[in-house]
Amino acid sequence: MGLLYGLIAVGLALIFGLMDVVNFAHGEFLMIAMYATFFLFVFFAIDPLLSAPLVAAALFVFGAVVYLLIVRFAVRAKANAGMVQIFSTFGLAIVMRGLTQYFFTPDYRSVTHSWLGGKTVSVAGIFLPVPQLVGALVAIAAFGGLYLFINRTDFGRALEATREDAGAVALVGIDKNKVFALGWGLGAALVGLAGAIMAIFFYIYPDVGASFALIAYVTVALGGFGSVFGAFAGGIIVGLVEATTAMLLPPSLKAVGIYAVYLLVVFVRPRGLFGSM
Amino acid sequence: MDTAFAERRRRDLIVAFILAAIAATVPLFVKDSYLQNMMVLTLMWGALSQSWNILSGYCGQISLGHALYFGLGAYTTTLLFTKFGVLPWFGMLGGGVISALIAMALGYPCFRLRGHYFVIATIVIAEIGLLLFHNWDWAGAAMGIEIPVRGDSWLKFQFPRSKLPYFYFALALACVAWFVTWWLEDSKWGYWWRAVKDNPEAAESLGVVVFNSKMGAAAVSAFLVAVGGSFYAQFVSYIDPESVMGFQFSLLMALPAVLGGIGTLWGPMLGAVILIPLTELTRSYVGGSGKGIDLIVYGGLIIAISLARPQGLIGLFSLKHFAGLFSPKGKEAVR
Repeated sequence: MGLLYGLIAVGLALIFGLMDVVNFAHGEFLMIAMYATFFLFVFFAIDPLLSAPLVAAALFVFGAVVYLLIVRFAVRAKANAGMVQIFSTFGLAIVMRGLTQYFFTPDYRSVTHSWLGGKTVSVAGIFLPVPQLVGALVAIAAFGGLYLFINRTDFGRALEATREDAGAVALVGIDKNKVFALGWGLGAALVGLAGAIMAIFFYIYPDVGASFALIAYVTVALGGFGSVFGAFAGGIIVGLVEATTAMLLPPSLKAVGIYAVYLLVVFVRPRGLFGSM
Repeated sequence: MDTAFAERRRRDLIVAFILAAIAATVPLFVKDSYLQNMMVLTLMWGALSQSWNILSGYCGQISLGHALYFGLGAYTTTLLFTKFGVLPWFGMLGGGVISALIAMALGYPCFRLRGHYFVIATIVIAEIGLLLFHNWDWAGAAMGIEIPVRGDSWLKFQFPRSKLPYFYFALALACVAWFVTWWLEDSKWGYWWRAVKDNPEAAESLGVVVFNSKMGAAAVSAFLVAVGGSFYAQFVSYIDPESVMGFQFSLLMALPAVLGGIGTLWGPMLGAVILIPLTELTRSYVGGSGKGIDLIVYGGLIIAISLARPQGLIGLFSLKHFAGLFSPKGKEAVR
């Protein structure tokens, strides 16, 4: 679970690190990825495991479009830049929730009889649910892929360079908007991947994103904004804290542990665990 | 203080007085209880947003966790009334004081955080409060508390028969919130806050006590929001954690100010006057039946306004703007 939190959070961290924008519709990105997986399963009988790349690709396009249609203008705002970002992406979240409610009704749905659903495997005497295990593996693979992508490809280098100095990058002929749009697409694709896997073992409904979004922000902030590695580490910590609190406190309070750890960490290190001071 | 500023402040006070007087007479002509309800809500959200604006607008510490203070106000009043029979008036003050103290206690570690770290900390703290109330059996847990009706009186702050008393209280609350903002704007604190918002390091070096002025803003802001919360509890006479402490309340408090103009004297009221009736109307005309169209309209509106006018709508209403509309040179100046 922690690794999946990490995967959700890495997308958010990428966008934040790239251009200092927090996407408050991140949870809704996750939600539509889950719906997409669900419909691919119901109408075309494509197993979530196979549709994951498709969903990630679709979310990539979606993320890039969102950047070009909305975020591009939000970043340009001169007055109250912070509030404009928060409220334009939050408005987007509300619209997305409204649209899903309108088209798909607020009913709970779930992917039944997928290849992996409900199976468990025993590792050294501990029974682990297979979907979560696969999710963790996918998360590790995606993280590795992202790492290579950022460090080894031209586009990755452009991304990193734009992140460091957008003005200078424009001088050497890199289109800032293109890089940012691709960055948003990439961030969204990572969430899409997470959503596809989570569709196997989570109920799908219009508000599902909200419950994960706050945890995603906490995860990113815990690791330190702007640090992709921090987000992944944050995800693992959040997963562990969640499992620990679930043993100590009633289930309805398990998120309190996560929030408390966040507060503790930032009070001691106001820039998160791996953020640059 | 230059004379133009003093002039503006005097004019603001007169305009506020006239507007309040006009607002007070409106219920004499508008008897429809749906519309009266809408007016109560508009004034209440205006007051709440005005209070939020003190900390987040003037002082620049963007809080998306003010639902905590709203809920604390609502719960303090309700619990004191239902468990101990304490009159809501005392509950209101008690809730305000508790909220102000908690705001300062939380401010102590939180004000060291910057930017998104601070915003997320406020969200997370409010969320912890929500979860605790969810699991607190004595306070009704997730079931919430129904406030028993004990008659129609100002003493008990209950008016099952008419919305008018609620309207006048909400109006008074809005006036108080506005007046406090007006008063603080020209106080030592007001200048400090603007300095802190613009550049905390520079403010510190010039001898502004950054930390104390943030604490002051947090306390005033939380106190007023808590009073609004306890009013809301009496108004709807049923509370549960989700309905007084949910994240949406933090946003609803911020929205009118953002829409009207954050960190301005009139912004929050203007935003509330536009936004709240619009919300209520979309909800009743196209909403309902769980279709979500009201959400689509509402969200679309938020995107459009925040992108089109990041500084808020208030600029459209300034005298300079009006003057500018009539002279071609001025038009450029307004832009």
